[in-house]
Amino acid sequence: MRFGIVVNEGPYTHQASDTAYRFAVAALEKGHEIFRVFFYHDGVNNGTRYTVPPQDDRNLQKLWSELAEKHGLDLVVCIAAAQRRGILDANEAKRQGKDGDNIAPGFRISGLGQLIEAGIQADRLVTFGD
Amino acid sequence: MGTLHTINKSPFERNSFATCLAHASAGDVILMIEDGVVGARKGSSFAPALAAKLSSCAIYALGPDLAARGMKPEDVLEGVKLVDYAGFVDLTTEKARVCAWL
Repeated sequence: MRFGIVVNEGPYTHQASDTAYRFAVAALEKGHEIFRVFFYHDGVNNGTRYTVPPQDDRNLQKLWSELAEKHGLDLVVCIAAAQRRGILDANEAKRQGKDGDNIAPGFRISGLGQLIEAGIQADRLVTFGD
Repeated sequence: MGTLHTINKSPFERNSFATCLAHASAGDVILMIEDGVVGARKGSSFAPALAAKLSSCAIYALGPDLAARGMKPEDVLEGVKLVDYAGFVDLTTEKARVCAWL
């Protein structure tokens, strides 16, 4: 089956990003396909590569990036939510006149249309948040 | 096929759990995750409302989230079934859609 996953909460807030990640891993282990993971609202904070949690804590950004690389996942960060929270890729940094970008490997910035498409293309859309 | 309802907040923190119980139709499935598993505790003031729903809906709790909160299987209301993440995935495929009560 084909899944779409929505993450509406940042890492280390409650548990939404952890639950979404573990759900994604379990779905992939069962042979399901993940069409897209869409990070919305504070969920965009999962997509900055500048996170440096303590060494004995899980690094959620890294976990998502590694999962994306291993399984070719499409991790999409909502552009409007990202701009409000300072999540930028190289193009956006240039366009906004900022001195650097922070998007994490495997993540890309795009629009809400990507969420709509995930809702259409996926057999199940599963949302995690606060 | 019905709906899988996921509930991730304690019934003692928000009223989303009560709203979920009011909206879930017969044959739907309810899955408690994250702080929602607190609602599974037997003997609480919320337990009678959950127990009443068991006659029309299958109710599950995510085992790892129970364990993370120090709750043992014997602390859980009778009739509530436990699943792991793989079981969570299976529940989403068995129902037609997933409704997250955030």
